Amino acid sequence: MSGVSWELGMNSLSLFPPPGPDGNITLFESNNELVCGTSLGSRQKQGWEPPSLLFPRESLKPHSRPESSSKAAFLDHRDTLWMRSARAWRDSGLSGLLDEIANCTEEEVPRWLTVGCSWTLALLRWVSSFHGSLFPHLTLSSEDMVAEFSQVLDWSDCAVRAFAWHPHTDKFAVSLLDDSIRIYNSKSATAPTLKHRLQRNVAALQWKPLCASALAVACHNCLLVWHVDPTSLSTRPSSGCAQVLSHPGHCPVTSIAWSPNGSLLLSASPVDTAMMVWDVAGESCVPLQRVGGGGVTFLSWSPDGSRVLASTPSALFRVWETRTWTCERWPCLKGRCQTGCWSPDGTRLLFSVQGEMVIYALTFTDAPGEPHGWSGSSKAAAIVADLSETSFSTSQGQVRVGGQVQTMAWDPRGERLAVLLKGDPEAPDRPAMIAVFKTRISPIFELLPCGFVKGESGAEPRLLQFHPHFPNGALLTVCWSNGRISHVPFFFVSAGGSVLNPGGSPPWPLPQSRAVENGERLLYTEMSS
Amino acid sequence: MFNSEQNHWFVRKVIFWRAAASVAWSVLLLPVTTALFAFLSRFSLFHPIQWISESFSLLYGSYVIFSLVLLCGVVLVVGVFNLEYYTVVPSVPCTKIALLGKVLHPQQSVHSLVHSMMGIMVTWCAATMIGGRYWILAAPCSEEEGVTGQKMCLNEYYLFFLLAGAFMGYSYSLLGVVRNMNYVSFQTIQQCKYLRFKGMLPQVVRYSAVQSLYSVRNYCLFYFFFGKDSDCLLLYTKHSSLHRLDTVSGLLDFRLLYHLWLSGTFLLLTWHITLLLFRIFITEAYSFPVQSSFSEDVSQCLPKVLSEKQPLILKFLALQDLFLLSQQSLSRRMEVFSLSQPGGHPHNWNAICKECLSLLSDLSQRLVEYQEVVASNGRARPLSSHSDQRSTSSETLGMSTLIISSLMSLQILSIDIGLKTPSSSPFSSSSVNRFVGNVDPSSPWYGSVQSPHVMRRGPKLWTASTGRLKFAHVKNFLARRVLIMYLFNKLPEASSQALFADSQAHIWALEGLSNLVAASYKEDRFGVVQTMLPSILSTMLLLQEAVDKHFKLPHASSKPVRSTCCLEDSTFKTLRFALRAALKTAMYRITVTFGEHLHSVQMSAEHRKRLQQFMEYKE
Repeated sequence: MSGVSWELGMNSLSLFPPPGPDGNITLFESNNELVCGTSLGSRQKQGWEPPSLLFPRESLKPHSRPESSSKAAFLDHRDTLWMRSARAWRDSGLSGLLDEIANCTEEEVPRWLTVGCSWTLALLRWVSSFHGSLFPHLTLSSEDMVAEFSQVLDWSDCAVRAFAWHPHTDKFAVSLLDDSIRIYNSKSATAPTLKHRLQRNVAALQWKPLCASALAVACHNCLLVWHVDPTSLSTRPSSGCAQVLSHPGHCPVTSIAWSPNGSLLLSASPVDTAMMVWDVAGESCVPLQRVGGGGVTFLSWSPDGSRVLASTPSALFRVWETRTWTCERWPCLKGRCQTGCWSPDGTRLLFSVQGEMVIYALTFTDAPGEPHGWSGSSKAAAIVADLSETSFSTSQGQVRVGGQVQTMAWDPRGERLAVLLKGDPEAPDRPAMIAVFKTRISPIFELLPCGFVKGESGAEPRLLQFHPHFPNGALLTVCWSNGRISHVPFFFVSAGGSVLNPGGSPPWPLPQSRAVENGERLLYTEMSS
Repeated sequence: MFNSEQNHWFVRKVIFWRAAASVAWSVLLLPVTTALFAFLSRFSLFHPIQWISESFSLLYGSYVIFSLVLLCGVVLVVGVFNLEYYTVVPSVPCTKIALLGKVLHPQQSVHSLVHSMMGIMVTWCAATMIGGRYWILAAPCSEEEGVTGQKMCLNEYYLFFLLAGAFMGYSYSLLGVVRNMNYVSFQTIQQCKYLRFKGMLPQVVRYSAVQSLYSVRNYCLFYFFFGKDSDCLLLYTKHSSLHRLDTVSGLLDFRLLYHLWLSGTFLLLTWHITLLLFRIFITEAYSFPVQSSFSEDVSQCLPKVLSEKQPLILKFLALQDLFLLSQQSLSRRMEVFSLSQPGGHPHNWNAICKECLSLLSDLSQRLVEYQEVVASNGRARPLSSHSDQRSTSSETLGMSTLIISSLMSLQILSIDIGLKTPSSSPFSSSSVNRFVGNVDPSSPWYGSVQSPHVMRRGPKLWTASTGRLKFAHVKNFLARRVLIMYLFNKLPEASSQALFADSQAHIWALEGLSNLVAASYKEDRFGVVQTMLPSILSTMLLLQEAVDKHFKLPHASSKPVRSTCCLEDSTFKTLRFALRAALKTAMYRITVTFGEHLHSVQMSAEHRKRLQQFMEYKE
């Protein structure tokens, strides 16, 4: 496959309206512009409002459970060598066993054995450091690895570590710093809290499609699938409700993806070159192994179920088709693929590469299901947006916006694209920002500026996700650095029809035409490229 | 039965060819494994150059070529046995005695015998290739003790090796029946054959090596205790061999054990590769035409094939194809929804839907009947055939009561066996009806009322009660006999596994049907699916009810131990969970697609209530 192409684009952010004044927060979008304000008073409530939650960083105690440091304090050292070796073997494999024997006293084992073990251990470490120099991410501790590859900005210090809307109903799950998961439901007042012995370092959450209760959780060394009975009134479901899926060598799990028809679950770990296809009910998995890349970091299943994006820690990503599970390799020039999202019809993939401040697009023309199958992707990725730094002068002075992309989300109708830009943690005038684009998919792909989403002063965005079936347009949920989870609605009439206008009930498209972007400049159209 | 099955067009045209292709590939792989074996058998750490040169010269030797020819024959026979013994519906023994019966079944004995013989052949080849002291059965005695200097002694290494082959062949066959190795399961994803093989190969190699290690251990123990008898069996005089191997020091020969383990790994690896390739080839998706314009091909079209009962593999492949087409192929779905040209009837859809629904309702009926049997466990048994026997003979001999009571304890088991043996097709509920009698579900006698029905047959109340007294006595008597209780005790959750042994078919039917219904929302131009929607929904809801009830039974929701290996396929142990998940997904798929429109579908109030639960995402 050909590589990602470079193309000179104009700076997209310069066409954006400047971010709102400090102290104001972005409330909603209406009539094609983002409304800022200090409170929600200006908008009437319609139906269920998702609760805006606050999890202060201070109230959540992270579990300080270092992996081995505290163990020695509690283990009885009078165990026989045999017992200790067996435990070391079980806990940390060969290197643990060698380490245990090398640290023995002379009465217990002959000297030649300890020396031999320490030499073997040194050799093993040398070899693994060589392996690590090929794939530098392998030298990270597993917690750092999750932080590195997570979609959340600054994962290790963030109060909210993962967030997931239920695909069909008004329900969402939030994973917090203290390794608990809470579920909020529009229909019930109880918010169950899920805790499990193995639920540590949660990197991702996802609800199973076509199911009311199953929630998959990517944990430190396994996958958990919780079955939370929606009718139950219990606030603390027992850990018996969770299925544990684990495979040796497949940890930490940093990304999971359910197939849109709910039958399969994919999981990825940056240390495992195979991605796992789980049959959750049978608790069995099929590894899909490909050499190269050194692991799999991020997975995204296209909404039509025909393709999966799998990025690796190296400058390479793959696009799998799900009919016979073959893949296309896409080498990048600069760095690894950080994030990606699919258009609702599954024909277009937007992705961003670490080290570059642009968004690329890949187009897949024919569905892989049909006889000729899988040759439909374009030969090179096209740049659709350039996100390099731009200055805006606001009432508070200059604000610089732009940078690399941390994560992206495309709303389920394909009309709004939210991009979380990494700021510069060192520079105070260059905060992390959410830029929202208007998009159009058919008849041609277009990208237009919409605006920046601002939170409370001093709060930076960490994570974003669109509500999967917001009736009046799109609803963007943002998790902020101060522990706030807020929801920003975008009210618009969909180009594709079948959207209600706010508060109304007619189920059929209004005869009114799409809101016109007169006087607005297109950032990207397919014609021009 | 066997013959008619073999003459089926599908078996002749597809299955045979697939099996042949798998055997051909295993034969092609044979030189590779043989070369590896020859290479490793000469392994010596301290003379690497000599080792490599020796193994290369060995590879060109005529013995290796001859062994290869022989091994090809062995692989061919293994392939034939794979084809003859495979099943897509595993038989799950519910008690130890049933398992014992399975092991001692004549068909299984043939399998074991042939595999032992082939084991001998493979180890003979291995011994020939290794050469040296395993060369020949008789060796000249070095020390002259007899009258003639030419006296030949028994080379016990050789005998040891050949017997090891027989042992390993037998244990392969035995483990095969205990672990249901002949069960062929279908993959959750469709990978191409080469990638599947490549992905599985490392696991198969590891599994063979580990299994060979266990076999060597068991064999050494066996030989240590029974080695002397093996001498007696052969007509050699005692003490005629040079080295005694049935002693601890004789067995602790590292090189011998290494060669034994290597030969065992070689043997198991070739057979396991053959088995793996067979499974991969046989479960490959097959695309049936949905309709055909030629009348002679009509019998090979999907709607016709689905309704066939006999080669089960055909039924399974057809259902898999239905599942795939419903998910992936727009053009084939359009054919399903199309109307027949003269007449305008949706024959394709009707046939497919009818078959899927009958599968599903069979399963719900089976579950309901099982629940009744379990529920009436404490009271009189509902099985009329046995109870007739009992009421007539209970007053006669104590001996006969004993037999009958043991029959009683086997009743549930026998139902299960009746359900799952492939010969009595699990797709028809006939086997169930045979036991329970044809009871109309709408009649008031259907349900828990069967026990009074039995009671009325034995009008002599007094004898009945003494019979029951005796029965209790006998039961107490038997309970004290540990062995009998051990053999006859039901294995927990085995009956539940047996009940769902063929549920892969139901899962595909559910997925296929629900995908087709969901697709019909946009693609069905003539509205053919709508006419069936009420019955589809009610069938699924009935099944949902039965499955929910089943999972409330003891042991039904306990998870089985996961087997670590790829070749011991334990998919069938978790099929009930998969079925439950697939059923919910199917219901949600329909409710999500149709949404509020489902309110206008005709159905009973109870079903509507249940459906409402699904529409509110409360299931």
